[in-house]
Amino acid sequence: MKHLLSTQDLSRSNAISILDTAEEMAAVGDREVKKLPALRGRTVVNLFFEDSTRTRISFEAAAKRLSADVINFAAKGSSVSKGESLKDTAQTLSAMGADAVVIRHWASGAPHRLAATDWIDAAVINAGDGTHEHPTQALLDAFTMRRHWARLSGTGSEGADLKGMRVAIAGDVLHSRVARSNVWLLRTLGADVTLVAPPTLLPIGVEKWPCKVSYNLDDTLAQGVDAVMMLRVQGERMNASFFPSTREYSRRWGFDDNRLRALDRLGMKDTIIMHPGPMNRGLEISAAAADSPRSTVLAQVRNGVSVRMAALYLLLSGDTREPAQPVLATAGTAHTKESN
Amino acid sequence: MAGNTGTYLIRGASILGGEPADLLIRDGVIAGTGTGLSAGDATVIDAAGLVALPGMVDVHTHLREPGREDAETVETGTRAAALGGYTAVHAMANSTPVADTAGVVEQVYTLGRTAGWVDVRPVGAVTVGLAGEQLAELGAMADSRARVRMFSDDGICVHDPVLMRRALEYVKAFDGVVAQHAQEPRLTAGAQMNEGEVSAVLGLTGWPAVAEESIIARDVLLAQHVGSRLHVCHVSTAGSVEIVRWAKERGIDVTAEVTPHHLLLTDDLVRSYDPVFKVNPPLRTDADVQALRAGLADGTIDVVGTDHAPHPSEHKECEWAQAAMGMTGLETALSVVQHTMIETGLMGWADFARVTSTTPARIGRLGDQGRPLEAGEPANVILVDPAARWTVDPYRMATMGRNSPFKGRELPGKVVATFFKGHPTVLDGELNTPYPYAAAPAGAA
Repeated sequence: MKHLLSTQDLSRSNAISILDTAEEMAAVGDREVKKLPALRGRTVVNLFFEDSTRTRISFEAAAKRLSADVINFAAKGSSVSKGESLKDTAQTLSAMGADAVVIRHWASGAPHRLAATDWIDAAVINAGDGTHEHPTQALLDAFTMRRHWARLSGTGSEGADLKGMRVAIAGDVLHSRVARSNVWLLRTLGADVTLVAPPTLLPIGVEKWPCKVSYNLDDTLAQGVDAVMMLRVQGERMNASFFPSTREYSRRWGFDDNRLRALDRLGMKDTIIMHPGPMNRGLEISAAAADSPRSTVLAQVRNGVSVRMAALYLLLSGDTREPAQPVLATAGTAHTKESN
Repeated sequence: MAGNTGTYLIRGASILGGEPADLLIRDGVIAGTGTGLSAGDATVIDAAGLVALPGMVDVHTHLREPGREDAETVETGTRAAALGGYTAVHAMANSTPVADTAGVVEQVYTLGRTAGWVDVRPVGAVTVGLAGEQLAELGAMADSRARVRMFSDDGICVHDPVLMRRALEYVKAFDGVVAQHAQEPRLTAGAQMNEGEVSAVLGLTGWPAVAEESIIARDVLLAQHVGSRLHVCHVSTAGSVEIVRWAKERGIDVTAEVTPHHLLLTDDLVRSYDPVFKVNPPLRTDADVQALRAGLADGTIDVVGTDHAPHPSEHKECEWAQAAMGMTGLETALSVVQHTMIETGLMGWADFARVTSTTPARIGRLGDQGRPLEAGEPANVILVDPAARWTVDPYRMATMGRNSPFKGRELPGKVVATFFKGHPTVLDGELNTPYPYAAAPAGAA
């Protein structure tokens, strides 16, 4: 049984295999008929315990382009106290014959529970769990960076990694599943990652992560970066003493117009600005930065469909393939070993 | 004092791990010790290879009754206790209704006697409804038939420093002790696991060591200031051990407890996201585990308390954040302590008796528990086979809780027999019959 739960247990070859497959899928998106018959007759359930229209429609588009049947299950509010348990929901989907479950959940580890228990036999794809991981977001970010990095070096993307690329990830790392998945994956692909955040928004224990940590965005930019990824600041952090005010946050850790100009002044003409969306314009990113030619925000959305097609394809067609072509992680083998 | 509980001659048991000797138990008391005792009309138990210990006393048990009989009852919980080698348990106050009145503690006390497997000593709540606002009627509970001496809001910290001070002062009137669940609430809002390297990766809200240590530091100073007795429940961090050690050096009257699970398990297990490993205080790091073992061995930590916390399966078969905190422990405590403390050479069986029986009985002021295995003493005695090895299967336990974090582990040590007031509640490793209170003469303890 194969799942995509985390980027921490994703080997370099598996990661590159997904990215390469995503390139093939992207080519399909450029055709007039954007559909492949690969998953005809297979059922993909989008099980969303948390609202995320963007991620859901991205997975839905991906599954439909592969000709899978798609069921959207918005289980928001479902909980032990309010209604059906995760176990019962999973068993219900299993009885309906789901081949893959794409799960978004507010609770960290919920996809691991689905994969580790006997509640359901389907492939599990983590579409974001609590403050833990969001592996397909990291894969689409890596896909976007890899295209950029390959174009700069004048080579093709296929088979390439991110060796030598300097990536700054700035913002609320503590609560960010995007940051976690990116740190593991980008490191696996050879990039040099620097996390930039106020100390209150970095987890205790971050010093053990395979990256650098900075409290100063200007210093990090001045040392040279090839990609700057801005993380969304959640509204509920603003009243919990993580930082004094949104204005102070924006001045110190936001990608504002001054910092956009600084990239030009420092001669970093090829540095891209990334954001997983949805953006708080004027808080962690200025409108000028979000709309500048450096911004890859829309490319990331576009690439998301290709990457999710690749993940679904490799998971659902993987069981009929040679075992010599292992793709993605096996549940339960994760974490105990340093894999990055 | 003694009931008509029969006569048993235990032959050749290693007393507290020492030289083999016989123990003659007659009508509730140890009638004699020595070698080559005459059997007479006694039932003879061949105890060659077995260790004889005083019946274990748990200072920290959740029996769930009244209110959560779907999780555990006094009957099932005390069956588990007897099988685990206990002859007395302190039933924590967080039942529904809360054990914050004489009526509730007497109910629990009576349920314990009706069951007859062990002494059930109710713990009284410190504050009304565990709400941390107003002292419960501690004196009424102390004067009740349940004779409560230990008071605790366990599960919740008495975090208001004034209320804690008053509680510590007030219980001096009847030689009581306040057992504190040390957890600074603001530092642990929404906490899911130990805060550190593992929580950072798993994206689970952290429960920092400082939230425990800061309360212990405050409370030992309060206990010193008002000259009272403090017990610290389930100490879980290396820093807490240091603070307790410091307090004892200053002569502060503090005792501390460690759970079996904190002596063995670490937060690495949370990487599975299996809520069977979710507990409060949380599993900590290996450095904490080693410090707790060292603290128990050198006497800084006085006792092992199980914090036996059964939960219905639906409270564990769910997402980590949704799951209830707590683990069962009564039927695995002896084995885990043998594994972590005795087989590592940190302790002997005499030390085991001290931390599982003698000192717990002293903390709870249980006069007829935790006594020496000598003639004239109450016959609360267990026989343990230290060479036994068994694999933990929660579905074969007497507790209703299936939430054992030791599931599937092979552990050493097995309770072969438990004598409670001279009556065998456990024989040949199986439940026998409860103590026949009804058959005992009026006025029997």
